[in-house]
Amino acid sequence: MNNIIVKELHFSYPIGGEIIKGMNLSFGNEPTAIVGQNGAGKTTFVKLLKGLLLPTDGEIIICGHNTKNITAAELAKYIGLVFQNPNDQIFKNKVLDEVMYGPRNIGQNEAEARQNSLEALEWVGLSSKIKDNPYDLSLSERKLVTIASIIAMNTKIVIFDEPTIAQDYASKQKIKSIIQRLQKKGTLVLTIIHDMDFVAEAFERVIVFTQGQVLLDGNKQTVYGETELLEKAYLEQPHVTQLCKKLGWSDIFLTVEEFLRYNK
Amino acid sequence: MKKIIVNDLKYKYPLAQTLALKGLSFSVEAGEFIGIVGENLSGKSTLCQALVGLVPHFFKGAYGGSVVVSGIEVATSEIAELALKVGLVFQNPFTQVTGSKLTVYEEIAFGLENVGIDREEMKDQIDQALHLLDIYKFKDRNPFDLSGGQMQRMAIAGIIAMRPEILVLDEPTSQLDPQGAEEVFKAIQKLSKEGMTVIMVEHKMEKIAQYSDRVMLLHQGEIIDFDTPGKVFSRADLMGYGVNAPIFTQICKGLGAQNQTNALYPVTLDEAYAAVVKTGHE
Repeated sequence: MNNIIVKELHFSYPIGGEIIKGMNLSFGNEPTAIVGQNGAGKTTFVKLLKGLLLPTDGEIIICGHNTKNITAAELAKYIGLVFQNPNDQIFKNKVLDEVMYGPRNIGQNEAEARQNSLEALEWVGLSSKIKDNPYDLSLSERKLVTIASIIAMNTKIVIFDEPTIAQDYASKQKIKSIIQRLQKKGTLVLTIIHDMDFVAEAFERVIVFTQGQVLLDGNKQTVYGETELLEKAYLEQPHVTQLCKKLGWSDIFLTVEEFLRYNK
Repeated sequence: MKKIIVNDLKYKYPLAQTLALKGLSFSVEAGEFIGIVGENLSGKSTLCQALVGLVPHFFKGAYGGSVVVSGIEVATSEIAELALKVGLVFQNPFTQVTGSKLTVYEEIAFGLENVGIDREEMKDQIDQALHLLDIYKFKDRNPFDLSGGQMQRMAIAGIIAMRPEILVLDEPTSQLDPQGAEEVFKAIQKLSKEGMTVIMVEHKMEKIAQYSDRVMLLHQGEIIDFDTPGKVFSRADLMGYGVNAPIFTQICKGLGAQNQTNALYPVTLDEAYAAVVKTGHE
């Protein structure tokens, strides 16, 4: 079953031209990265999925619910968003309270919300910090708090907005393992992101937006093989792929691990 | 000529139990492009703040040692005087934007107005900064109607318009798409070649390797290394400091492919290409 169906989607803000110009997409459970240059419509698309904006034309079905017929608050039971900057998301003064806020808000009872939040904090490795003030944590840990608060809501869909910004190597590895664990649980993980190396490592399907339309949509090997179209969309290939291209190889590798496996 | 001289700089945030910076000493020549790398909490952002004077003028805490930028001792100088010499581009452009200006043009003028620059000269400097960051077409927009990437370009333009002798940037391209980021790196490199000293914190190691003259590796408030990208990223113990080398270096380390000219691992695409071809993996 598709978790998200997007039909003939159009969107314009009250002032200015059309931002989304006729998109048709469907999403099952495959971890998917949406990439595209600044202004391609990625953030607007996420706001439409979350029901924070409504289509000017066409429709979006989230887990069987048309976003036009359900409030954004109701929709939050199905689709969670991890903000780009954790400071925009956090407002409670204890880690556990912060993580419990989302689950409570979508109707989980106290005991259920506590149980889910404790589990989510264990997932992200912050079990020892449940009583800390989020602002006493490092930026990476704060990012993990915001991820935990979405995991605890047990939504069928989780969206990450630029998950690797300001994150060091260890934090990126951690976020990658969380994404994989969510996938195993059957959650649809979506991201909007500029970090192509991270996409190559952690996602399967890649959708390229350009000027409010879908330019490419396919598995990452196919999409990242399209050198010219990617350039047209103001993007670049993962660094490993750039090296393969420069070497004139017909085989495309996306990650260091793949490259070394075939070349040792 | 030395533009930055740091001697035994120690700093502890108020209420913190450990030092964020544990006695750093280094110097930077005029026109150098320095990349700072290190895991979270290694002291990168704190060092940036110490170079522009936010530490110790805004963030109090315990401060020791000396930071001299463009001949001025940071701790004992007025922020206004420092602002003419050294500029900081914030990590998050939303933190930097004044929120009190209605157009991008006025937002960029804000810093210049504050230091009382002649009107004609001000217009000239704003126009140049708008063109350099490729946002001239947005000059009449409200800053809050810009996308994240456009706002980040505006934040950089606002500092560059001040023509600081030293430009400090904390992850300046985090919001930008890959080609947009490349353009901004090229623009900053141009300024560096014209003599501006550049200090940049960045997690994109491929970019640091491509653009920096020297790389400072920080770990728990100490300088572990401060050398060419090739030397720093070739270190066998790099991962022990929470830093991964550029992708090109990782591949070449895996293949045992070193540069022909020196016994170091490649750090850029071109170097990696040459080394891989040489080892017969083509």
